[in-house]
Amino acid sequence: MGTVVTRAGIWLALLLASFIAMVAAKDTPFAIQMGTVAAATLVGLWFSISKVDYGAIAKGFIRSPADHGRYDDEVIRWGVIATVFWGMAGFLVGLIIALQLAFPDLNVGPWFNFGRMRPLHTSAVIFAFGGNALIATSFYVVQRTCRARLALPGVARFVFWGYQLFIVLAATGYLLGITQGKEYAEPEWYVDLWLTVVWVAYTAVFIATILKRSEPHIYVANWFYLSFLITVAMLHIVNNLAIPVSFLGSRSISFFGGVQGAMVQWWYGHNAVGFFLTAGFLGMMYYFVPKQAQRPVYSYRLSIIHFWALIFLYIWAGPHHLHYTALPDWAQTLGMVFSVMLWMPSWGGMINGLMTLNGAWDKLRTDPVLRMFVMSLAFYGMSTFEGPMMSVKSVNSLSHYTNWTIGHVHSGALGWNGMVTFGALYYLTPRLWNRERMYSLRLVNWHFWTATLGIVFYAASMWVAGITQGLMWREYGADGYLVNSFADAVAAIHPMYVLRAFGGLLYLSGACVMTYNIWRTIAVGDLRDEAPLHNIDQHLDRDHPVVAAAAE
Amino acid sequence: MSSETKQPFAWHSTLERNITILGICAFIAVIFGGIVEIGPLFWLDNTIEKVKGMRPYTPLEQAGRDIYIREGCYLCHSQMIRPFRDETERYGHYSLAAESMYDHPFQWGSERTGPDLARVGGKYSDAWHVQHLSAPRSVVPESIMPNYAFLANTELKAGDMRAELATLAKVGVPYTAEDIAKANDDLKLQANANGSASELDKRYAKAQVRDFDGKPDKITEMDALVAYLQVLGTMVDVESAAAQEQLAQEKGR
Repeated sequence: MGTVVTRAGIWLALLLASFIAMVAAKDTPFAIQMGTVAAATLVGLWFSISKVDYGAIAKGFIRSPADHGRYDDEVIRWGVIATVFWGMAGFLVGLIIALQLAFPDLNVGPWFNFGRMRPLHTSAVIFAFGGNALIATSFYVVQRTCRARLALPGVARFVFWGYQLFIVLAATGYLLGITQGKEYAEPEWYVDLWLTVVWVAYTAVFIATILKRSEPHIYVANWFYLSFLITVAMLHIVNNLAIPVSFLGSRSISFFGGVQGAMVQWWYGHNAVGFFLTAGFLGMMYYFVPKQAQRPVYSYRLSIIHFWALIFLYIWAGPHHLHYTALPDWAQTLGMVFSVMLWMPSWGGMINGLMTLNGAWDKLRTDPVLRMFVMSLAFYGMSTFEGPMMSVKSVNSLSHYTNWTIGHVHSGALGWNGMVTFGALYYLTPRLWNRERMYSLRLVNWHFWTATLGIVFYAASMWVAGITQGLMWREYGADGYLVNSFADAVAAIHPMYVLRAFGGLLYLSGACVMTYNIWRTIAVGDLRDEAPLHNIDQHLDRDHPVVAAAAE
Repeated sequence: MSSETKQPFAWHSTLERNITILGICAFIAVIFGGIVEIGPLFWLDNTIEKVKGMRPYTPLEQAGRDIYIREGCYLCHSQMIRPFRDETERYGHYSLAAESMYDHPFQWGSERTGPDLARVGGKYSDAWHVQHLSAPRSVVPESIMPNYAFLANTELKAGDMRAELATLAKVGVPYTAEDIAKANDDLKLQANANGSASELDKRYAKAQVRDFDGKPDKITEMDALVAYLQVLGTMVDVESAAAQEQLAQEKGR
C-alpha cells in the first residue's frame, strides 16, 4: 500500500507541476508540450492507483507468452513493436519530404513545411527507430551474453516509456516550431533534460545487468553498447548546454556560438553517427550475425584492435563537416586525417562480421535473414569507405553542401542501420513470442529485395544529383563568367529528386511487408504455407540464465 | 593451447572482466578528440578576434532570427561562404569567423538545397523578399521552397525581448544594460515606418529602420524575418581597404 501511495504522490506532483507550467507558459507551443506531459502523467497516475492489472492487459494485448523465469523480455517485446512503429513513421515522413523537394506544392504550412518535417524525419529514424532498436537489442543481448536476468526491471520499463515520451515531445515540438536550430540536436532544453534522466537510467540498467553476470568475460557486443552509452551521454550534455530564456518557455540560448558552436555541434553531430549509429549498431552486429550464421566471431584480436581504434579515432572526425569554413585550417586538417584513418577500424568491423560467415556462406542461398545481415555489412563497408573519401578536402570542396552527402548518409542509414535492424527484428520476433519461425520467410526475402533495390535507387540518384550540383555551381564559361544560376542547378536535379522518392517508396514498401509479417507472427502466430527456406534452430531450451530467476 | 604460451592481448582480459575499468578506459579514449579540437577555439586569436563593424543583432533582427530557426531555414540554406572563386563571385566575400560570433547557435548550415544566405542582406529589396517568401515560384520559377505567406499574416509575438537579450548577454553577446532595458521598445521602433533611426543607431550601428513587409499598421513575423535577412553579411565592410589589409595578415586559415 505504501508504494502505491508514494507512486501516486510522485505522479500527482508531476501532474501538478506540468499543469502549472502549461497554464503559466510564456508561449503557446510550450503550453501544448506541457499539456502533453500532463496527459502522460495522468496516464501514469491512473495506472498506479487503479486496481486493474494493466500489466496483464498489456501482456494480453501484445500476446506475450508466459514468463518462465528465463529472461526478462517484456520490455524488449515493447521495444520491438516500438521499433517497427517508429520505423514506419520515420520512413513515411522521409518519403513525404522527398516528394516535397520534387513537388514543392506538397508543403502544407506552417506545420507541415519541409523545414519542420525534416527534423521530424531525422529524429524519427535515428532516435525513435534506431534508438528503440538499440534499447530493445541491448537489453536482449546483455541478458544473453551475461546469462543473467535484466537488473532493475522497473527502471528498464521507465527507460522504455520515458524514451517514448522524449520522442513524442521532440516530434510534436518540431511541428509546432520548437527547435534549437542545431541539426540532430533540435529538441529544446526541457526535452534534453528529460532525455538525460532517461539516458542515465538506461546506462544504470545496462551496467547493473553486467555487474550481476554469470559469465566471467564481458562479451564484445557489450563493449560497443557501453561505449555508445557513455559517449552519447557526453555528447548530448555538452552540445546541449544552454540557458533557457524563461523556465516557462520553450526557447533557450545555446551556450556556444559562432565557430566554437560549429565545432561543438559537429563534434556532436558526427559522433551521433559514430556512436549512436555505428558503435551501438556494431553491438547489435556482434551478437546477431554470429547467432544467425551459427558461427563464432571471426577474430577476437581484430575485435579488440578495431574496438579501441574505432572509439578513439571517431571522436576526432567532426571537423570534416566544416571544411573550408571559418574553422581554423589545423582543425579541418586534423578532422580529415582522422577521418581517413577511421577507414581501417571501420573495415575491421566489417571484416570481422563478414568473415564470421566462413564456412557458412552457403546459408546465404537459403537464409533471407542472414542475407539481410550480410547486405547491411556490405553497405557499412561501402559507406565507411565513401565517408573517408568525402572527408578529403579536395573531394569535399565538390561534395559539401550537395545531395552527395544525403546519398552517403542514406547508404549508411538505409543500408547498414536499417538492414541490421530488420535482421535483428526477424531474429527476435519468433523468439520473443515463442513462435517456430516468422510467419513467412519468403516475405522476408521480398523485404530484402525491395529494400536493396530502394537503396540503389536512392544512393545512385543522390550521387548523380550531388555531383551535378557541385559541377554546375563551379562551372565557368570561356568568357570567364559563371555559367549557371543557382536556380539552374535546382531545376537540373528535379528528375533525381523524383527517382530518390521512388527509391524511398520501395524501401517503405519493404518495411510495410515486414510490418505485416511481424504483426502476423505476433498476433496470429500461424505459419505461411510456402516453399521452405532455411530457418535456424532457436535452441530455446538453452535460452535461460545460469541462475534461473523466479517468474514474475 | 598450453597455458605456458603467452597469448597476445592477454592483458585485455583485465578490461573484459571489470566493467568499471572498461568503462573508464572507454571514456578516456573518447575525450581526447574533443579537448584538442574544441578547447583551443576559445583562446586562439583568429577565432575570438573582433572585427570592426560587428555588433549584436537588434531585437527585431534577433526575433527574425528566431523565426528563421523555427522554420528550419538552416536545413536548406547555408550561411558560410567558402573561399573559392565561384562562391565568392556568386555570394560575395568569404565568411569570417567573427561574422557569426554573436550567433547562438551558429547557422552555417550543411546543405544548399537553396542558395547561401551569408551575405543576402541588401541584395534584394524588401518587397522582393516579401513576395519571394510568400510565393517563391512567382519570382523564381525553378524554386522548390515552401510558401511562407502565413508570416505576413501573423502578428509578431516575440515574447519579452528583454529576457532574450539578457540571456544572450549571459553567454557573452555584448548587449548593454540599456539595450536590454529598451529591447521591447527598440523592436517596435525599428519596424515603424515613421520611426527615427537616430535613437537605434546610437547603440546598433547602421540599423535599418522601416516598415519591412509593406503593412505599416502592424508588426508581423514577416517584418522580423526580412529585417534579419537584410542585415545578414552587411555588418563588416569586407571590401574596405583596412579590412583587406587585416585579412592579408591573417594566419592559420
